[in-house]
Amino acid sequence: MSRGAVNTFLLVATAYMLLPLTWLLFAATKSLPDLYATPGFAFADLNLGANLSAVAAENDSVFFRWYLNSLLYAGLGAGLGGLISVACGYAFDKYDWPGKEKLFGLVLLGVLVPTTATALPLYLLASKIGVVNSFWAVFIPSLVHPFGVYLARVLSAGYVPGEVLEAARSDGADEVRTFRSVALPMLLPAYVTIFLFQFTGIWNNFFLPLVMLSDQRLFPLSLGLYSWNTQVTAFPEYSTLVITGSLLSVVPLLVVFVLLQRFWRAGMTAGSVK
Amino acid sequence: MTATYVDGAARQRVPARGGPLRGHRARRWAIVLFTAPFFVLFAAVVIAPLGYALWLSLFKEQSSGLGFGGAQSVFNGLENYLNTVADQAFRDGFLVLAGYSALYIPLMLGGALVLALLLDSGAALLRRFFQLALFMPHVVPGVIAGLIWLYLYLPGISPIVAALRDGGIHWDFLGDRVVSSVVNVAVWEWTGYNMIIYFAALQAIPREVLEAATMDGARGIDVALRIKVPMIRGAVITTLIFTIIGSLQLFNEPVVMDGVSDGIISTWTPNMYAYFEAFGKNNYGQAAAASIMLAALASVLSYFVTKWGNKK
Repeated sequence: MSRGAVNTFLLVATAYMLLPLTWLLFAATKSLPDLYATPGFAFADLNLGANLSAVAAENDSVFFRWYLNSLLYAGLGAGLGGLISVACGYAFDKYDWPGKEKLFGLVLLGVLVPTTATALPLYLLASKIGVVNSFWAVFIPSLVHPFGVYLARVLSAGYVPGEVLEAARSDGADEVRTFRSVALPMLLPAYVTIFLFQFTGIWNNFFLPLVMLSDQRLFPLSLGLYSWNTQVTAFPEYSTLVITGSLLSVVPLLVVFVLLQRFWRAGMTAGSVK
Repeated sequence: MTATYVDGAARQRVPARGGPLRGHRARRWAIVLFTAPFFVLFAAVVIAPLGYALWLSLFKEQSSGLGFGGAQSVFNGLENYLNTVADQAFRDGFLVLAGYSALYIPLMLGGALVLALLLDSGAALLRRFFQLALFMPHVVPGVIAGLIWLYLYLPGISPIVAALRDGGIHWDFLGDRVVSSVVNVAVWEWTGYNMIIYFAALQAIPREVLEAATMDGARGIDVALRIKVPMIRGAVITTLIFTIIGSLQLFNEPVVMDGVSDGIISTWTPNMYAYFEAFGKNNYGQAAAASIMLAALASVLSYFVTKWGNKK
Protein backbone atom coordinates (compact mmCIF):
# COMPACT_ATOMS: atom_id res chain seq x y z
CA MET A 1 0.00 0.00 0.00
CA SER A 2 1.25 3.43 -0.80
CA ARG A 3 1.88 6.07 1.80
CA GLY A 4 -1.02 8.12 0.45
CA ALA A 5 -3.49 5.25 0.66
CA VAL A 6 -2.48 4.40 4.23
CA ASN A 7 -2.93 7.96 5.42
CA THR A 8 -6.17 8.46 3.51
CA PHE A 9 -7.59 5.36 5.17
CA LEU A 10 -6.50 6.59 8.61
CA LEU A 11 -8.03 10.00 7.92
CA VAL A 12 -11.37 8.46 6.93
CA ALA A 13 -11.39 6.35 10.10
CA THR A 14 -10.55 9.43 12.17
CA ALA A 15 -13.40 11.36 10.57
CA TYR A 16 -15.80 8.54 11.46
CA MET A 17 -14.64 8.66 15.07
CA LEU A 18 -14.71 12.43 15.45
CA LEU A 19 -17.75 13.51 13.42
CA PRO A 20 -20.36 12.42 16.02
CA LEU A 21 -18.51 14.43 18.68
CA THR A 22 -18.27 17.41 16.32
CA TRP A 23 -21.99 17.14 15.63
CA LEU A 24 -22.65 17.16 19.39
CA LEU A 25 -20.66 20.38 19.66
CA PHE A 26 -22.73 22.04 16.91
CA ALA A 27 -26.02 20.69 18.22
CA ALA A 28 -25.40 21.99 21.75
CA THR A 29 -25.27 25.54 20.40
CA LYS A 30 -28.71 25.39 18.78
CA SER A 31 -32.26 26.09 19.86
CA LEU A 32 -34.81 23.30 19.44
CA PRO A 33 -36.32 24.70 16.18
CA ASP A 34 -32.84 25.23 14.73
CA LEU A 35 -31.90 21.67 15.65
CA TYR A 36 -34.50 20.51 13.16
CA ALA A 37 -34.26 23.33 10.65
CA THR A 38 -30.52 23.83 10.11
CA PRO A 39 -27.82 21.50 8.71
CA GLY A 40 -26.12 19.33 11.32
CA PHE A 41 -22.59 20.57 10.69
CA ALA A 42 -23.26 24.28 10.56
CA PHE A 43 -23.86 26.95 13.16
CA ALA A 44 -27.26 28.58 13.53
CA ASP A 45 -28.09 31.40 15.95
CA LEU A 46 -25.88 30.84 18.94
CA ASN A 47 -28.07 29.45 21.68
CA LEU A 48 -25.45 27.72 23.82
CA GLY A 49 -25.89 30.11 26.77
CA ALA A 50 -29.63 29.53 26.88
CA ASN A 51 -29.14 25.75 26.59
CA LEU A 52 -26.63 25.77 29.41
CA SER A 53 -28.90 27.74 31.71
CA ALA A 54 -31.80 25.44 30.79
CA VAL A 55 -29.68 22.43 31.79
CA ALA A 56 -28.65 24.20 34.99
CA ALA A 57 -32.18 25.20 35.91
CA GLU A 58 -34.02 21.98 35.13
CA ASN A 59 -35.58 20.26 38.12
CA ASP A 60 -33.92 22.31 40.89
CA SER A 61 -30.45 22.12 39.31
CA VAL A 62 -30.48 18.35 39.54
CA PHE A 63 -27.87 18.17 36.76
CA PHE A 64 -25.17 19.49 39.10
CA ARG A 65 -26.19 16.90 41.66
CA TRP A 66 -25.66 14.21 38.98
CA TYR A 67 -22.31 15.69 38.08
CA LEU A 68 -21.22 15.72 41.70
CA ASN A 69 -22.54 12.18 42.19
CA SER A 70 -20.58 10.90 39.18
CA LEU A 71 -17.45 12.59 40.49
CA LEU A 72 -17.97 11.04 43.93
CA TYR A 73 -18.82 7.54 42.69
CA ALA A 74 -15.96 7.52 40.20
CA GLY A 75 -13.42 9.69 42.02
CA LEU A 76 -13.71 8.20 45.50
CA GLY A 77 -14.45 4.73 44.14
CA ALA A 78 -11.39 4.66 41.91
CA GLY A 79 -9.25 6.43 44.53
CA LEU A 80 -9.96 3.89 47.24
CA GLY A 81 -10.51 0.94 44.90
CA GLY A 82 -7.20 1.63 43.17
CA LEU A 83 -5.39 1.47 46.50
CA ILE A 84 -7.11 -1.81 47.35
CA SER A 85 -6.09 -3.25 43.97
CA VAL A 86 -2.50 -2.02 44.24
CA ALA A 87 -2.03 -3.51 47.72
CA CYS A 88 -3.49 -6.84 46.60
CA GLY A 89 -1.55 -6.99 43.33
CA TYR A 90 1.66 -6.07 45.17
CA ALA A 91 1.13 -8.98 47.59
CA PHE A 92 0.54 -11.34 44.66
CA ASP A 93 3.74 -10.16 43.05
CA LYS A 94 6.12 -9.96 46.01
CA TYR A 95 5.04 -12.75 48.36
CA ASP A 96 4.53 -16.48 48.02
CA TRP A 97 1.98 -18.52 49.89
CA PRO A 98 0.31 -21.89 49.37
CA GLY A 99 -2.61 -21.68 46.95
CA LYS A 100 -1.56 -18.29 45.64
CA GLU A 101 -1.99 -19.06 41.97
CA LYS A 102 -5.40 -20.64 42.58
CA LEU A 103 -6.49 -17.49 44.36
CA PHE A 104 -5.15 -15.43 41.46
CA GLY A 105 -7.18 -17.62 39.11
CA LEU A 106 -10.25 -16.55 41.09
CA VAL A 107 -9.32 -12.91 40.49
CA LEU A 108 -9.00 -13.57 36.76
CA LEU A 109 -12.36 -15.33 36.82
CA GLY A 110 -13.74 -12.19 38.44
CA VAL A 111 -12.56 -10.22 35.39
CA LEU A 112 -14.67 -12.50 33.22
CA VAL A 113 -17.93 -12.46 35.22
CA PRO A 114 -20.44 -10.27 33.40
CA THR A 115 -21.21 -7.35 35.72
CA THR A 116 -24.85 -7.52 34.76
CA ALA A 117 -25.06 -11.09 36.10
CA THR A 118 -24.18 -9.87 39.59
CA ALA A 119 -26.23 -6.66 39.51
CA LEU A 120 -29.68 -8.24 39.87
CA PRO A 121 -28.86 -10.48 42.86
CA LEU A 122 -26.85 -7.60 44.31
CA TYR A 123 -29.99 -5.48 44.18
CA LEU A 124 -31.98 -8.16 46.00
CA LEU A 125 -29.28 -8.57 48.66
CA ALA A 126 -29.05 -4.81 49.07
CA SER A 127 -32.80 -4.50 49.49
CA LYS A 128 -32.68 -7.22 52.18
CA ILE A 129 -30.21 -5.24 54.26
CA GLY A 130 -31.98 -2.00 53.42
CA VAL A 131 -29.25 -0.13 51.54
CA VAL A 132 -30.95 -0.15 48.17
CA ASN A 133 -31.48 3.34 46.73
CA SER A 134 -28.54 4.76 48.66
CA PHE A 135 -25.09 6.10 47.80
CA TRP A 136 -23.47 2.96 49.20
CA ALA A 137 -25.45 0.61 46.98
CA VAL A 138 -23.56 1.96 43.98
CA PHE A 139 -20.32 2.97 45.69
CA ILE A 140 -19.33 -0.27 47.44
CA PRO A 141 -19.69 -2.63 44.44
CA SER A 142 -17.70 -0.09 42.41
CA LEU A 143 -14.67 -0.52 44.68
CA VAL A 144 -14.02 -4.04 43.39
CA HIS A 145 -11.96 -4.08 40.21
CA PRO A 146 -10.36 -7.49 39.52
CA PHE A 147 -8.67 -6.19 36.38
CA GLY A 148 -6.95 -3.61 38.60
CA VAL A 149 -5.46 -6.40 40.74
CA TYR A 150 -4.20 -8.10 37.61
CA LEU A 151 -2.65 -4.86 36.34
CA ALA A 152 -1.14 -4.14 39.76
CA ARG A 153 0.58 -7.52 39.82
CA VAL A 154 2.03 -7.05 36.34
CA LEU A 155 3.09 -3.45 37.00
CA SER A 156 4.51 -4.21 40.45
CA ALA A 157 6.81 -6.79 38.85
CA GLY A 158 7.97 -4.10 36.45
CA TYR A 159 8.25 -1.09 38.77
CA VAL A 160 9.42 -2.46 42.13
CA PRO A 161 12.74 -4.30 42.21
CA GLY A 162 12.91 -6.91 44.99
CA GLU A 163 16.39 -5.72 46.05
CA VAL A 164 15.03 -2.36 47.13
CA LEU A 165 12.50 -4.03 49.40
CA GLU A 166 15.21 -6.28 50.79
CA ALA A 167 17.33 -3.26 51.57
CA ALA A 168 14.46 -1.61 53.39
CA ARG A 169 13.84 -4.77 55.40
CA SER A 170 17.45 -5.14 56.45
CA ASP A 171 17.30 -1.50 57.56
CA GLY A 172 14.67 -2.72 60.00
CA ALA A 173 11.49 -1.54 58.28
CA ASP A 174 8.51 -3.84 58.84
CA GLU A 175 6.38 -5.14 55.95
CA VAL A 176 3.71 -2.45 56.10
CA ARG A 177 6.25 0.32 56.34
CA THR A 178 8.23 -1.16 53.46
CA PHE A 179 5.08 -1.14 51.36
CA ARG A 180 4.02 2.33 52.38
CA SER A 181 7.25 4.25 52.15
CA VAL A 182 9.30 2.24 49.64
CA ALA A 183 7.03 0.29 47.29
CA LEU A 184 4.03 2.64 47.11
CA PRO A 185 5.95 5.65 45.78
CA MET A 186 7.45 3.40 43.08
CA LEU A 187 3.96 2.14 42.28
CA LEU A 188 2.54 5.63 41.83
CA PRO A 189 2.42 5.46 37.99
CA ALA A 190 0.76 2.04 38.30
CA TYR A 191 -1.76 3.53 40.71
CA VAL A 192 -2.61 6.35 38.30
CA THR A 193 -3.07 3.83 35.47
CA ILE A 194 -5.34 1.61 37.56
CA PHE A 195 -7.20 4.66 38.86
CA LEU A 196 -7.90 5.81 35.30
CA PHE A 197 -9.27 2.45 34.20
CA GLN A 198 -11.48 2.13 37.25
CA PHE A 199 -12.59 5.76 37.03
CA THR A 200 -13.86 5.35 33.46
CA GLY A 201 -15.42 2.02 34.38
CA ILE A 202 -17.44 3.59 37.20
CA TRP A 203 -18.19 6.78 35.26
CA ASN A 204 -19.58 4.66 32.39
CA ASN A 205 -21.47 2.18 34.56
CA PHE A 206 -25.16 2.33 33.83
CA PHE A 207 -26.69 -1.02 34.74
CA LEU A 208 -25.87 -0.97 38.46
CA PRO A 209 -27.21 2.55 39.16
CA LEU A 210 -30.24 1.78 37.00
CA VAL A 211 -31.00 -1.27 39.11
CA MET A 212 -30.15 0.23 42.50
CA LEU A 213 -31.38 3.81 42.43
CA SER A 214 -34.85 5.31 42.25
CA ASP A 215 -34.13 8.67 43.88
CA GLN A 216 -33.17 11.14 41.13
CA ARG A 217 -30.88 13.00 43.50
CA LEU A 218 -28.58 9.96 43.75
CA PHE A 219 -28.28 9.38 39.98
CA PRO A 220 -24.93 9.56 38.21
CA LEU A 221 -24.79 11.53 34.96
CA SER A 222 -25.45 8.72 32.50
CA LEU A 223 -28.56 7.54 34.36
CA GLY A 224 -29.78 11.13 34.74
CA LEU A 225 -29.37 11.92 31.05
CA TYR A 226 -31.05 8.63 30.20
CA SER A 227 -34.01 9.58 32.40
CA TRP A 228 -34.28 12.94 30.61
CA ASN A 229 -34.16 11.19 27.27
CA THR A 230 -37.11 8.95 28.18
CA GLN A 231 -39.18 12.17 28.36
CA VAL A 232 -38.26 13.32 24.84
CA THR A 233 -41.17 11.64 23.07
CA ALA A 234 -43.67 13.47 25.27
CA PHE A 235 -41.71 16.71 25.70
CA PRO A 236 -39.42 17.43 22.71
CA GLU A 237 -37.73 20.32 24.55
CA TYR A 238 -35.81 17.70 26.52
CA SER A 239 -33.78 17.06 23.35
CA THR A 240 -31.68 20.18 23.85
CA LEU A 241 -31.22 19.31 27.53
CA VAL A 242 -30.00 15.81 26.65
CA ILE A 243 -27.66 17.07 23.93
CA THR A 244 -26.15 19.91 25.95
CA GLY A 245 -25.93 17.70 29.06
CA SER A 246 -24.17 14.99 27.05
CA LEU A 247 -21.59 17.49 25.82
CA LEU A 248 -20.97 18.71 29.37
CA SER A 249 -20.48 15.17 30.64
CA VAL A 250 -18.09 14.14 27.86
CA VAL A 251 -15.74 17.14 27.74
CA PRO A 252 -13.98 16.69 31.13
CA LEU A 253 -13.27 13.03 30.39
CA LEU A 254 -11.81 13.87 27.00
CA VAL A 255 -9.55 16.49 28.58
CA VAL A 256 -8.38 14.12 31.33
CA PHE A 257 -7.59 11.40 28.81
CA VAL A 258 -5.62 13.69 26.55
CA LEU A 259 -3.61 14.97 29.51
CA LEU A 260 -2.98 11.53 31.04
CA GLN A 261 -2.20 9.63 27.83
CA ARG A 262 0.99 8.14 29.22
CA PHE A 263 -0.88 6.33 31.98
CA TRP A 264 -3.67 4.67 30.05
CA ARG A 265 -1.19 3.66 27.40
CA ALA A 266 0.88 1.94 30.11
CA GLY A 267 -2.15 0.00 31.29
CA MET A 268 -3.17 -1.13 27.84
CA THR A 269 0.37 -2.17 27.01
CA ALA A 270 0.56 -4.26 30.17
CA GLY A 271 -2.80 -5.79 29.31
CA SER A 272 -1.72 -6.77 25.82
CA VAL A 273 1.59 -8.52 26.32
CA LYS A 274 0.76 -10.91 29.14
CA MET B 1 1.16 -21.75 56.39
CA THR B 2 4.53 -20.54 55.29
CA ALA B 3 4.87 -17.22 53.63
CA THR B 4 7.93 -16.36 51.60
CA TYR B 5 9.15 -13.65 49.30
CA VAL B 6 9.20 -14.12 45.58
CA ASP B 7 12.40 -12.40 44.65
CA GLY B 8 15.76 -14.02 44.22
CA ALA B 9 17.41 -12.03 46.96
CA ALA B 10 14.73 -13.10 49.38
CA ARG B 11 15.13 -16.78 48.63
CA GLN B 12 18.32 -16.67 50.64
CA ARG B 13 16.00 -16.19 53.61
CA VAL B 14 17.75 -13.28 55.19
CA PRO B 15 16.33 -13.43 58.71
CA ALA B 16 14.29 -10.37 59.49
CA ARG B 17 14.67 -8.51 62.72
CA GLY B 18 13.65 -10.75 65.58
CA GLY B 19 14.69 -14.02 63.92
CA PRO B 20 13.21 -16.12 61.16
CA LEU B 21 10.12 -17.21 63.05
CA ARG B 22 9.03 -13.68 63.80
CA GLY B 23 9.70 -12.83 60.14
CA HIS B 24 7.38 -15.57 58.94
CA ARG B 25 4.58 -14.41 61.12
CA ALA B 26 5.07 -10.77 60.09
CA ARG B 27 4.97 -11.77 56.44
CA ARG B 28 1.81 -13.77 56.93
CA TRP B 29 0.11 -10.80 58.55
CA ALA B 30 1.31 -8.52 55.79
CA ILE B 31 -0.16 -10.82 53.14
CA VAL B 32 -3.50 -10.91 54.94
CA LEU B 33 -3.47 -7.16 55.44
CA PHE B 34 -2.70 -6.44 51.76
CA THR B 35 -5.11 -8.92 50.21
CA ALA B 36 -8.02 -8.98 52.67
CA PRO B 37 -9.67 -5.68 51.65
CA PHE B 38 -9.96 -6.86 48.07
CA PHE B 39 -11.10 -10.39 48.82
CA VAL B 40 -13.64 -9.40 51.49
CA LEU B 41 -15.25 -6.99 49.04
CA PHE B 42 -14.90 -9.48 46.20
CA ALA B 43 -16.75 -12.09 48.26
CA ALA B 44 -19.47 -9.59 49.14
CA VAL B 45 -20.17 -8.11 45.72
CA VAL B 46 -19.19 -10.91 43.30
CA ILE B 47 -19.25 -14.34 44.96
CA ALA B 48 -22.23 -13.80 47.26
CA PRO B 49 -24.49 -12.36 44.55
CA LEU B 50 -23.56 -15.19 42.17
CA GLY B 51 -24.36 -17.74 44.87
CA TYR B 52 -27.57 -15.95 45.71
CA ALA B 53 -28.59 -15.87 42.05
CA LEU B 54 -27.98 -19.61 41.88
CA TRP B 55 -30.17 -20.11 44.96
CA LEU B 56 -32.91 -17.78 43.71
CA SER B 57 -33.01 -19.51 40.36
CA LEU B 58 -34.20 -22.69 42.09
CA PHE B 59 -37.24 -21.08 43.74
CA LYS B 60 -40.52 -19.64 42.65
CA GLU B 61 -42.58 -16.96 44.34
CA GLN B 62 -46.07 -18.29 44.88
CA SER B 63 -48.98 -16.41 46.35
CA SER B 64 -50.49 -18.52 49.09
CA GLY B 65 -54.09 -19.69 49.13
CA LEU B 66 -56.52 -16.99 48.04
CA GLY B 67 -53.77 -14.48 47.49
CA PHE B 68 -53.80 -13.18 51.08
CA GLY B 69 -50.76 -13.12 53.28
CA GLY B 70 -48.19 -12.30 50.61
CA ALA B 71 -46.01 -14.54 48.53
CA GLN B 72 -44.06 -17.61 49.51
CA SER B 73 -40.89 -19.05 48.05
CA VAL B 74 -41.37 -22.59 46.85
CA PHE B 75 -38.55 -24.88 45.74
CA ASN B 76 -38.87 -25.32 42.07
CA GLY B 77 -35.87 -27.36 40.91
CA LEU B 78 -34.82 -26.51 37.39
CA GLU B 79 -38.27 -25.24 36.46
CA ASN B 80 -37.10 -21.62 36.09
CA TYR B 81 -34.35 -22.69 33.69
CA LEU B 82 -36.75 -24.77 31.63
CA ASN B 83 -39.32 -21.97 31.56
CA THR B 84 -36.69 -19.47 30.51
CA VAL B 85 -35.34 -21.65 27.72
CA ALA B 86 -38.88 -22.42 26.61
CA ASP B 87 -39.75 -18.72 26.48
CA GLN B 88 -39.81 -17.52 22.88
CA ALA B 89 -38.75 -14.01 23.97
CA PHE B 90 -35.54 -15.33 25.58
CA ARG B 91 -34.67 -17.41 22.52
CA ASP B 92 -35.38 -14.46 20.24
CA GLY B 93 -32.98 -12.46 22.39
CA PHE B 94 -30.22 -14.94 21.58
CA LEU B 95 -31.05 -14.74 17.88
CA VAL B 96 -30.66 -10.96 18.04
CA LEU B 97 -27.41 -11.43 19.96
CA ALA B 98 -26.12 -13.95 17.40
CA GLY B 99 -26.87 -11.59 14.53
CA TYR B 100 -25.32 -8.70 16.42
CA SER B 101 -22.14 -10.63 17.29
CA ALA B 102 -21.71 -12.05 13.78
CA LEU B 103 -21.67 -8.51 12.45
CA TYR B 104 -19.98 -6.68 15.31
CA ILE B 105 -17.06 -8.89 16.34
CA PRO B 106 -15.36 -9.38 12.94
CA LEU B 107 -16.07 -5.79 11.91
CA MET B 108 -14.78 -4.20 15.10
CA LEU B 109 -11.76 -6.44 15.82
CA GLY B 110 -10.88 -6.65 12.12
CA GLY B 111 -11.08 -2.88 11.83
CA ALA B 112 -8.95 -2.43 14.94
CA LEU B 113 -6.34 -4.84 13.59
CA VAL B 114 -6.17 -3.16 10.18
CA LEU B 115 -5.83 0.28 11.76
CA ALA B 116 -3.10 -0.93 14.13
CA LEU B 117 -1.18 -2.54 11.25
CA LEU B 118 -1.46 0.65 9.20
CA LEU B 119 -0.20 2.74 12.10
CA ASP B 120 2.66 0.29 12.61
CA SER B 121 3.49 0.09 8.89
CA GLY B 122 5.90 3.00 8.85
CA ALA B 123 3.89 4.73 6.16
CA ALA B 124 1.62 6.48 8.66
CA LEU B 125 2.20 10.14 9.42
CA LEU B 126 1.04 11.79 12.66
CA ARG B 127 0.89 8.49 14.54
CA ARG B 128 0.21 10.01 17.95
CA PHE B 129 -2.59 12.17 16.62
CA PHE B 130 -4.26 9.24 14.88
CA GLN B 131 -4.05 7.04 17.96
CA LEU B 132 -5.56 9.69 20.19
CA ALA B 133 -8.31 10.65 17.75
CA LEU B 134 -9.28 7.04 17.07
CA PHE B 135 -9.36 6.30 20.81
CA MET B 136 -11.56 9.31 21.71
CA PRO B 137 -14.97 7.62 21.31
CA HIS B 138 -14.01 5.06 23.93
CA VAL B 139 -13.88 7.81 26.54
CA VAL B 140 -17.55 8.58 25.87
CA PRO B 141 -19.79 6.57 28.25
CA GLY B 142 -21.87 3.88 26.49
CA VAL B 143 -25.17 5.54 27.35
CA ILE B 144 -24.02 8.90 26.03
CA ALA B 145 -22.66 7.24 22.89
CA GLY B 146 -26.08 5.65 22.46
CA LEU B 147 -27.77 9.03 22.93
CA ILE B 148 -25.49 10.82 20.42
CA TRP B 149 -26.02 8.15 17.77
CA LEU B 150 -29.75 8.04 18.50
CA TYR B 151 -29.96 11.66 17.38
CA LEU B 152 -27.75 10.87 14.38
CA TYR B 153 -30.29 8.18 13.41
CA LEU B 154 -33.35 10.37 13.96
CA PRO B 155 -35.01 11.68 10.77
CA GLY B 156 -35.47 15.43 10.98
CA ILE B 157 -32.40 16.02 13.15
CA SER B 158 -29.77 13.69 11.70
CA PRO B 159 -27.41 15.11 9.06
CA ILE B 160 -26.66 11.50 8.03
CA VAL B 161 -30.27 10.64 7.25
CA ALA B 162 -30.57 13.95 5.39
CA ALA B 163 -27.41 13.32 3.34
CA LEU B 164 -28.54 9.81 2.43
CA ARG B 165 -31.95 11.11 1.42
CA ASP B 166 -30.36 13.73 -0.83
CA GLY B 167 -28.44 10.89 -2.43
CA GLY B 168 -31.68 9.03 -3.03
CA ILE B 169 -31.21 6.46 -0.26
CA HIS B 170 -34.00 5.98 2.29
CA TRP B 171 -32.46 4.08 5.15
CA ASP B 172 -34.47 3.67 8.34
CA PHE B 173 -31.83 3.34 11.06
CA LEU B 174 -34.37 2.65 13.78
CA GLY B 175 -36.64 0.20 11.96
CA ASP B 176 -36.18 -3.47 11.07
CA ARG B 177 -32.46 -3.06 10.49
CA VAL B 178 -31.80 -1.54 13.89
CA VAL B 179 -29.29 -4.33 14.68
CA SER B 180 -26.79 -2.79 12.27
CA SER B 181 -27.36 0.61 13.89
CA VAL B 182 -26.56 -0.81 17.34
CA VAL B 183 -23.51 -2.57 15.86
CA ASN B 184 -22.35 0.78 14.52
CA VAL B 185 -22.50 2.39 17.98
CA ALA B 186 -20.46 -0.46 19.47
CA VAL B 187 -17.93 -0.36 16.61
CA TRP B 188 -17.56 3.37 17.18
CA GLU B 189 -16.97 2.87 20.90
CA TRP B 190 -14.57 -0.08 20.85
CA THR B 191 -12.46 -0.04 17.65
CA GLY B 192 -10.00 2.58 18.92
CA TYR B 193 -9.59 0.85 22.27
CA ASN B 194 -8.67 -2.48 20.73
CA MET B 195 -6.53 -0.78 18.12
CA ILE B 196 -4.37 0.69 20.90
CA ILE B 197 -3.94 -2.77 22.44
CA TYR B 198 -2.91 -4.27 19.09
CA PHE B 199 -0.63 -1.36 18.35
CA ALA B 200 1.13 -1.76 21.71
CA ALA B 201 1.61 -5.47 21.02
CA LEU B 202 2.93 -4.75 17.50
CA GLN B 203 5.42 -2.26 18.87
CA ALA B 204 6.72 -4.96 21.22
CA ILE B 205 7.73 -7.27 18.35
CA PRO B 206 11.54 -7.34 18.18
CA ARG B 207 12.62 -5.21 15.24
CA GLU B 208 15.26 -7.77 14.17
CA VAL B 209 12.50 -10.23 13.26
CA LEU B 210 10.88 -7.70 10.96
CA GLU B 211 14.20 -6.58 9.49
CA ALA B 212 15.12 -10.17 8.67
CA ALA B 213 11.81 -10.65 6.87
CA THR B 214 12.24 -7.43 4.89
CA MET B 215 15.77 -8.46 3.87
CA ASP B 216 14.35 -11.75 2.60
CA GLY B 217 12.27 -9.61 0.27
CA ALA B 218 8.86 -9.96 1.92
CA ARG B 219 6.45 -7.17 1.00
CA GLY B 220 4.66 -4.95 3.52
CA ILE B 221 1.36 -6.81 3.39
CA ASP B 222 3.10 -10.21 3.64
CA VAL B 223 5.08 -9.05 6.66
CA ALA B 224 1.86 -7.80 8.23
CA LEU B 225 -0.17 -10.97 7.66
CA ARG B 226 2.49 -13.71 7.94
CA ILE B 227 4.69 -12.32 10.68
CA LYS B 228 3.08 -9.49 12.61
CA VAL B 229 -0.42 -10.92 13.07
CA PRO B 230 0.76 -14.36 14.26
CA MET B 231 3.14 -12.67 16.69
CA ILE B 232 0.39 -10.72 18.42
CA ARG B 233 -1.96 -13.69 18.61
CA GLY B 234 -2.03 -13.45 22.42
CA ALA B 235 -3.43 -9.93 22.27
CA VAL B 236 -5.96 -10.96 19.62
CA ILE B 237 -7.22 -13.87 21.75
CA THR B 238 -7.46 -11.68 24.87
CA THR B 239 -9.43 -8.98 23.07
CA LEU B 240 -11.64 -11.61 21.46
CA ILE B 241 -12.56 -13.00 24.91
CA PHE B 242 -13.35 -9.56 26.31
CA THR B 243 -15.34 -8.66 23.21
CA ILE B 244 -17.42 -11.83 23.45
CA ILE B 245 -18.16 -11.20 27.13
CA GLY B 246 -19.05 -7.59 26.38
CA SER B 247 -21.32 -8.58 23.49
CA LEU B 248 -23.22 -11.07 25.61
CA GLN B 249 -24.08 -8.25 28.02
CA LEU B 250 -25.52 -5.99 25.33
CA PHE B 251 -27.89 -3.65 27.18
CA ASN B 252 -27.05 0.07 27.37
CA GLU B 253 -27.16 1.06 23.71
CA PRO B 254 -30.41 -0.73 22.80
CA VAL B 255 -32.11 0.38 26.03
CA VAL B 256 -31.35 3.99 25.15
CA MET B 257 -32.95 3.46 21.72
CA ASP B 258 -35.82 1.37 23.03
CA GLY B 259 -38.31 4.24 23.38
CA VAL B 260 -37.71 5.60 19.89
CA SER B 261 -37.01 2.56 17.75
CA ASP B 262 -39.78 0.33 16.45
CA GLY B 263 -37.22 -2.44 15.96
CA ILE B 264 -36.32 -2.78 19.65
CA ILE B 265 -38.62 -4.39 22.20
CA SER B 266 -38.16 -4.57 25.97
CA THR B 267 -36.80 -8.15 25.84
CA TRP B 268 -34.62 -7.51 22.77
CA THR B 269 -31.40 -8.99 24.23
CA PRO B 270 -31.02 -11.68 26.97
CA ASN B 271 -29.86 -9.03 29.43
CA MET B 272 -32.86 -6.86 28.67
CA TYR B 273 -34.98 -9.99 29.13
CA ALA B 274 -33.50 -10.60 32.60
CA TYR B 275 -34.03 -6.96 33.54
CA PHE B 276 -37.63 -7.06 32.32
CA GLU B 277 -38.38 -10.33 34.13
CA ALA B 278 -37.04 -8.85 37.37
CA PHE B 279 -38.37 -5.31 37.29
CA GLY B 280 -41.24 -5.54 34.82
CA LYS B 281 -42.74 -8.78 36.11
CA ASN B 282 -41.14 -9.22 39.57
CA ASN B 283 -40.19 -12.73 38.50
CA TYR B 284 -36.82 -12.84 40.24
CA GLY B 285 -36.37 -16.61 39.95
CA GLN B 286 -36.59 -16.55 36.21
CA ALA B 287 -34.49 -13.38 35.96
CA ALA B 288 -31.79 -15.11 38.04
CA ALA B 289 -31.96 -18.21 35.84
CA ALA B 290 -31.49 -16.05 32.74
CA SER B 291 -28.52 -14.22 34.31
CA ILE B 292 -26.89 -17.48 35.40
CA MET B 293 -27.23 -18.96 31.94
CA LEU B 294 -25.69 -15.86 30.43
CA ALA B 295 -22.75 -15.99 32.89
CA ALA B 296 -22.31 -19.71 32.21
CA LEU B 297 -22.30 -19.10 28.48
CA ALA B 298 -19.69 -16.35 28.96
CA SER B 299 -17.36 -18.69 30.85
CA VAL B 300 -17.86 -21.60 28.44
CA LEU B 301 -17.10 -19.38 25.45
CA SER B 302 -14.02 -17.83 27.12
CA TYR B 303 -12.79 -21.32 27.98
CA PHE B 304 -13.07 -22.51 24.38
CA VAL B 305 -11.55 -19.37 22.93
CA THR B 306 -8.59 -19.68 25.31
CA LYS B 307 -8.17 -23.34 24.48
CA TRP B 308 -8.40 -22.68 20.78
CA GLY B 309 -5.90 -19.82 21.15
CA ASN B 310 -3.38 -21.99 22.97
CA LYS B 311 -3.63 -24.86 20.54
CA LYS B 312 -2.96 -22.98 17.35
